[in-house]
Amino acid sequence: MIVTTDPVASTGGPPFRDITGGVAEPVLRVEDVSVSLGGRRVLDRVSFSVEGGEFCGLIGSNGAGKTTLLRVILGLINPSSGRIEVSGGTHTRRSPQIGYVPQKIVLEADMPLRARDLVGLGLDGHRFGISRPGTQRRLAVEEMLDAVGATQFADARIGNLSGGEQQRVMIAQALICRPKLLLLDEPLANLDIRSAAEVVQLLARIAAEHQIAILLSAHDMNPLLPVMDRVVYLAEGRAASGTTEQVVRTDTLSALYGHHVEVIHVAGRVLVVSGAEHQAHHPDDADPFLGWA
Amino acid sequence: MLVALSWSSLFEPGFFSSEPVRVALVVGALAAVVSGIVGVFTVIRGQSFAGHALSDIGTAGGSAAVLVGASTLSGFVAFNVVAAGVMELIGIRKPRGRDLATGIVLGASLGLAALFLYEDTISSSTTGATVNVLFGSIFTLPPGITIPMVVLGIASVALIAVLYRPLLLSSVSYELAAARRVPVRLVGGGYLLALALAVSMSAITIGAILSTALLVGPAAIALRLATRTGVAIAVAATVGVLACWVGTLIAYDSTVWAGGNGWPVSFCIVAVIFVVYFASGVVSRLRTDRRRATTSDRGGVVQPFEVA
Repeated sequence: MIVTTDPVASTGGPPFRDITGGVAEPVLRVEDVSVSLGGRRVLDRVSFSVEGGEFCGLIGSNGAGKTTLLRVILGLINPSSGRIEVSGGTHTRRSPQIGYVPQKIVLEADMPLRARDLVGLGLDGHRFGISRPGTQRRLAVEEMLDAVGATQFADARIGNLSGGEQQRVMIAQALICRPKLLLLDEPLANLDIRSAAEVVQLLARIAAEHQIAILLSAHDMNPLLPVMDRVVYLAEGRAASGTTEQVVRTDTLSALYGHHVEVIHVAGRVLVVSGAEHQAHHPDDADPFLGWA
Repeated sequence: MLVALSWSSLFEPGFFSSEPVRVALVVGALAAVVSGIVGVFTVIRGQSFAGHALSDIGTAGGSAAVLVGASTLSGFVAFNVVAAGVMELIGIRKPRGRDLATGIVLGASLGLAALFLYEDTISSSTTGATVNVLFGSIFTLPPGITIPMVVLGIASVALIAVLYRPLLLSSVSYELAAARRVPVRLVGGGYLLALALAVSMSAITIGAILSTALLVGPAAIALRLATRTGVAIAVAATVGVLACWVGTLIAYDSTVWAGGNGWPVSFCIVAVIFVVYFASGVVSRLRTDRRRATTSDRGGVVQPFEVA
């Protein structure tokens, strides 16, 4: 099914009006996806699904394939096998089904773009020509700035905002086309603990209120523990998915890594510690804290 | 005292009645408007080096045109457009690849420029060709040049207008634009073409070597003063036009002050841009200080999403 609704024309109505009250079918279904890049198998038969309103953490250490997986879902990389289904039809220029917040965007301080301009680009930045200022467009942007709590710095240059403020603006930019699925690539990296917690709370609220499926990649799962409905844990190109209780366990993760790892709960945090004998065989995984950077 | 200067002493006799001055003012304004519009994107995209490379590459084109008896402008345009195409083909997606691609094309072209300028000086009776190509000579332009300048300007600005939003989006984030299915390579290539045309127009005005000054200078000034892309473009174009006009006036008047041999127009224009650039730095710093003083309590404002 291809949704042909014009994102600009539809902005006059109430936000996110297509809230489904019933049992949700998966918004994102990843089936047996394998990806090889430059002869290296980055993803190996990865399968999982995310439903509307679910907050899903994509956890793995650096180089585990998190960004690759997100790029496959976006259609920027073709999987060598397997399939991806995003409900609501194909992700195209005209009907963006997927909202995306890329990894570490560098916004220079002298970039002549206000927070509200960047959110506006989320609406029609992919279209050719110059945008015509209109009441509808302005209201849609205002509403989205308000939804992420960015109204008070809407007129500031994006380059002058703090990391947490920039993430809110990026999230508003990603949501303004009313996608069913929101992908965020390491949005908590480089944020202080308080800002990270605020961004996580904001995302959890948006997922619940608007029945959006959120897939957020992180190398540290701890800031996500209070809100995560599902975790997809990537290691050695393979994935384990389920609730945190089902996945973040010594036996499940040991099977995933192919060697013994210990899951330790300490002071309300989760640590995944690799066994000492493993380090001798895999010097590139020298960091003993695989799940906690 | 500046106030005591009379109108007539500010504009030396013949400034407005002179045909070369009129052509200079029109050509300068056209080049400045286009350079201002394109230049804002050049600075945002961090492609000042590509702009500078194109202007140097234009040197080869201009000197080749002199050699075969074609117009300098056609030489600039031909070489710059081809060079922009080559830079796009070599690949300019990654900053490092972009640097390398630009450097390789630049080196090859400067070699050609050395050859052509040498041939120009030994074969041509007009010894001024080298200086004209490199540093411009806006007072010696033929009146007919305004028509091709207008055509080039419209082409360049039309390209930017069509590419405006995707260009801005891909300048913010290449990844984001690609994820939104923006044809990022096409957009980048189209922008490079607009840049090649703008640099050619600028090269005619203040010389191939100096043309980056008109491209990057007013844009850099605008980025210090404006918070919106559209406003930045308007400021850059205005500053560019004023710099060209004031520079032309100073150069014209200097012939009287210096007794016959005035300063080169290109020098005067670039000098004005340079002075305004520093002044804009002071203005933007004063503004930032004031903003900090008035919004320093932003941290105290209730955050809309409290941590649970």
